[in-house]
Amino acid sequence: MPPALPSDSPNSPFLSQIYLWTVFYETLTFNSRQSATYNQEVLALIDTDGLTKKFGDLTAVENLSLHVDDGEVFGFLGPNGAGKTTTIRMLCCLISKTSGSAKIGGYEIGNEENALRIRKIIGLVPDNVGLYESLTAYENLDYYGTLYKRTDSQRKESNEYFLKLLGLWEKRNALAGTFSKGMKQKLAIARALVHDPEILFMDEPTANLDPEAAKTVREFILDLKKQKKTIFLNTHNLDEAQRICDRIGILNTQFMAVGTPEDLERSIHGRKTVVQLRQVNEAILEALKKLKVKNIIREGNKLTFDVMDPAEENPDVIDAIVAVGGRIETVTVTSSSLEEAYLKLVKEKIQ
Amino acid sequence: MTTWIPWKIARKELKVIGRKRSIIFYTVGLPLLIAVAFSLEIKSLTASGIPATLSLGAESIIYIFVILTTVLPSTIAAYSIVGEKIEKTLEPLLATPTTDGEILLGKGIAAFMPPILSAWLGASIFMATTDYILLNAGLGYYYFPNWNAGVMLLLLAPLAGVLSIEVAVIASSRVSDVRGANQIAGLMFIPFVLVFAAGVQGLFAFSIGNLLIFSAVVLVVDTALYFLSRATFKREEILTKWK
Repeated sequence: MPPALPSDSPNSPFLSQIYLWTVFYETLTFNSRQSATYNQEVLALIDTDGLTKKFGDLTAVENLSLHVDDGEVFGFLGPNGAGKTTTIRMLCCLISKTSGSAKIGGYEIGNEENALRIRKIIGLVPDNVGLYESLTAYENLDYYGTLYKRTDSQRKESNEYFLKLLGLWEKRNALAGTFSKGMKQKLAIARALVHDPEILFMDEPTANLDPEAAKTVREFILDLKKQKKTIFLNTHNLDEAQRICDRIGILNTQFMAVGTPEDLERSIHGRKTVVQLRQVNEAILEALKKLKVKNIIREGNKLTFDVMDPAEENPDVIDAIVAVGGRIETVTVTSSSLEEAYLKLVKEKIQ
Repeated sequence: MTTWIPWKIARKELKVIGRKRSIIFYTVGLPLLIAVAFSLEIKSLTASGIPATLSLGAESIIYIFVILTTVLPSTIAAYSIVGEKIEKTLEPLLATPTTDGEILLGKGIAAFMPPILSAWLGASIFMATTDYILLNAGLGYYYFPNWNAGVMLLLLAPLAGVLSIEVAVIASSRVSDVRGANQIAGLMFIPFVLVFAAGVQGLFAFSIGNLLIFSAVVLVVDTALYFLSRATFKREEILTKWK
């Protein structure tokens, strides 16, 4: 709503004119201000359009367009060499793009001035933890705090907070070089968070960790998710992506698919219906074929086939089976797994 | 407390270097060893009076401390840059809002300070003991400090140190191990050794004029190498080509 004219508006003609012009201006700018506020609210923290990176003749990332909203955990899945790390490096302004565009927190990548602004609002957990092994855990965090120009008290507070949160406080004076892989990974995550970044980029944070350490790191990422931290997570751990991410993008140099884990599972094969019959015969199979049901697999008296919309299609399927004398014992709807979806997409790309 | 980023980087580097005993022994020990060894040499030379070649000998020894400043910083600079490459600590560092210039300057300060301070310490010990020995041998005045030593230690030595660091930075971006970078950067001592040899042979006088000209030449080379080292230190190449 534009601002209303108050009842105590000035009586003098001159003042009234000024007042009316003020109200007019306020009204004119109201929509644009509202729009700006709205845009700010829905602003994608990561926004790329046709982002491409070539190393000589080799195309590492091709025509990548994606957006990640504030507070979203976006998983980037792909095999080795798919361009996941290259993408993160471009978005963190560590390497240049070849073409296309990308904005991080509203800043366009590609020039040094914006690169510094972007690096202030991001945190990076690289695939190699990259800790100073001859410095203590506390010194590692403190050093990075100083690089982000945090004050002494801010650093002290955040160092203590993260070291305690990650169960490393007792080991704060131990050299990072003496830490286990899991502890190092946790410290690397803490290091990326010391300046309270808006966006956290994580490049395979649980790779090379034993199951227990991986679980600890995963739980910490889930904690960050609860705190509505925007996270861009590179991984080739499908289970991890499914458990942590709001949306997943599958990359194999090019973007193969993007969506929620459930969307991806459905989008590949749709859903499967499994019908357990008393007896399968040719008439039933013919009836199903007439319904244009896809990928029918017969295992004994069990029929499995693809359906896009089970609620819409299954009643017709059941009617058709019953019409040719089939006796149905059970009907189950299943989805293909994310793993199936991933493997199919990656395989398609290779072919 | 200062928030000047290069100093923050330098302080961290100094902390790391301070925990590497081999670097400490090398950086501090060598100048001290030279100071003691040449003080003993002066003592033996003056056992039978003040030699006529005292000036040449004493100033040549001060010049050795200048040579040291071309060797010692390269070890630290090479470790500081190639070490980051080996420990894979550069990627998170480059992801912070620091500029290439700040990183290079910070590492340069850390590579510069310990060697130059230890060279000055070694030279001071040598000058003090030489004065003591010469006074006892009958020289009626303090030989050190003098202008020649001042130009060598306060002008030429820092410039030589900067030269060594710049070469180490350039070498570090081309090789993948500390030793390799150190060896390339260490080659910078050759021109300085040649000047030393020329001085000992009487072909070059360690006069103030000559030393100032030599310093000016080193300054020009330092300036050229500064731009070259800045051009060499590219984030993208560091991340994609450094293995």
